[in-house]
Amino acid sequence: MQRNPQLNKNGELQHLLSIDGLPREVIERILTTADSFIGVTEREVKKVPLLRGKSVFNLFFEPSTRTRTTFEIAAKRLSADVINLNIGVSSQTKGESLLDTVANLSAMHADIFVVRHASSGAPHLIARHVKPHEHVINAGDGRHAHPTQGLLDLYTLRHYKKDFSQLTVAIVGDVLHSRVARSLIHGLTTVGTPEVRVIGPQTLIPAGVEALGVHVFRNMREGLKGCDAVVMLRLQNERMRGTLLPSAQEFFKNFGLTAEKLAVAKPDAIVMHPGPMNRGVEIDSTVADGPHSVILPQVTFGIAVRMAVMSMVAGASA
Amino acid sequence: MNALPDAEQLCVRLADAIRPALTPNTAMIGLYTGGVWLAERLHTLLGIGEPLGTMDIAFYRDDYHQQGLARDPKRTQIPFSIEGRDVLLIDDVLYTGRTVRAAMNELFDYGRPARIALAVLAERGGRQLPICAQFCGARVEVPAGARLRLRRAEDGGLSLQLEHAT
Repeated sequence: MQRNPQLNKNGELQHLLSIDGLPREVIERILTTADSFIGVTEREVKKVPLLRGKSVFNLFFEPSTRTRTTFEIAAKRLSADVINLNIGVSSQTKGESLLDTVANLSAMHADIFVVRHASSGAPHLIARHVKPHEHVINAGDGRHAHPTQGLLDLYTLRHYKKDFSQLTVAIVGDVLHSRVARSLIHGLTTVGTPEVRVIGPQTLIPAGVEALGVHVFRNMREGLKGCDAVVMLRLQNERMRGTLLPSAQEFFKNFGLTAEKLAVAKPDAIVMHPGPMNRGVEIDSTVADGPHSVILPQVTFGIAVRMAVMSMVAGASA
Repeated sequence: MNALPDAEQLCVRLADAIRPALTPNTAMIGLYTGGVWLAERLHTLLGIGEPLGTMDIAFYRDDYHQQGLARDPKRTQIPFSIEGRDVLLIDDVLYTGRTVRAAMNELFDYGRPARIALAVLAERGGRQLPICAQFCGARVEVPAGARLRLRRAEDGGLSLQLEHAT
């Protein structure tokens, strides 16, 4: 049997590649550790010395401001040195292979690679080839996974709702293209969430998604009934140019989150969004800025979750 | 090994030793896990009005690169400003001194105390750093390879126990 590539022989987190395949106790350990880092991020000195002398390379083969920034802040708060590389515009255009790029950075004494790549599986490929003391964290690969986003969503849910065992969570919008949705679904089912729903037009819900343990709704009002949390997904503009959707206005009418649609969820329901938001496309401004929204706290929690992941992998021997 | 002192009696003795040194400027911080139990007890015995601080030094340990991150670290909570305060750190057992060093490092990320003192229920030999306790319940001889630690029973009762390496 092949060992889980994310865990070392002691079952500790060695790389973070996807939530799929992570045991429940590892997920819970990440969330608990993140909670302690929240205490650090609330202090005046927001730094601890754990990763002093370590180098974190942010390898972004695909542009992303928020994710790269939060990884950078997290690494700096752990006292690591951070090097940001936007590879899309340098080596790749000169024809260097992915593994050659990584081998070169390894020769510069890297300890952690944070990888964002348009191809699903690129972080797995890198993890198979790095040295024993090097660690890989997936910061989003193709349509496959975005595990730190899924973990910060779980952290947010646990923060506001305390316990997963009674929750009904709806994920709304472009589930088909969303690595965020995939990671969150795996996370929610692993920690024992009894009811996970996906809501969206048929063209944006992947066929066979029920096999992941979710219920599919094509009608938003039906799907939001009794929900404790609503996770809105970004509708990527490029999707609307094809045949998947008639128009942004049409999408907003059916699947945009408004105060009126949210009213059928539980009165204390929380609204989440991984960002960046398209106001007036998937979410109305009155909801995004309203009392149910926890969209900005999600960003703050994301830093603590990334600190937890980096300090756990960097401390795990191969 | 039946010569271990009674932890409940040591708590009272330790509180008596600390009492004359208390000032309105004293702030008490317990170190997880045993030090927090002891600090809760001392906090009550000494009738300190200000809430107790609790600290988990997991992010400041000097063996992170060998041992990795401790499992399930607790959130450090210091519900007062330590700037200019007389901080009294509380731990159950003083052994190598490394925990206390880590605690002092963490403390300085919260501000600049006027002074720091250390109170422990028991101390044993084996110091690896120039650290000593200003208040100590008892000195206990512990065989090499054994571990002395504080236990808390379900009814809240405290006791010292020796754990032998297996």
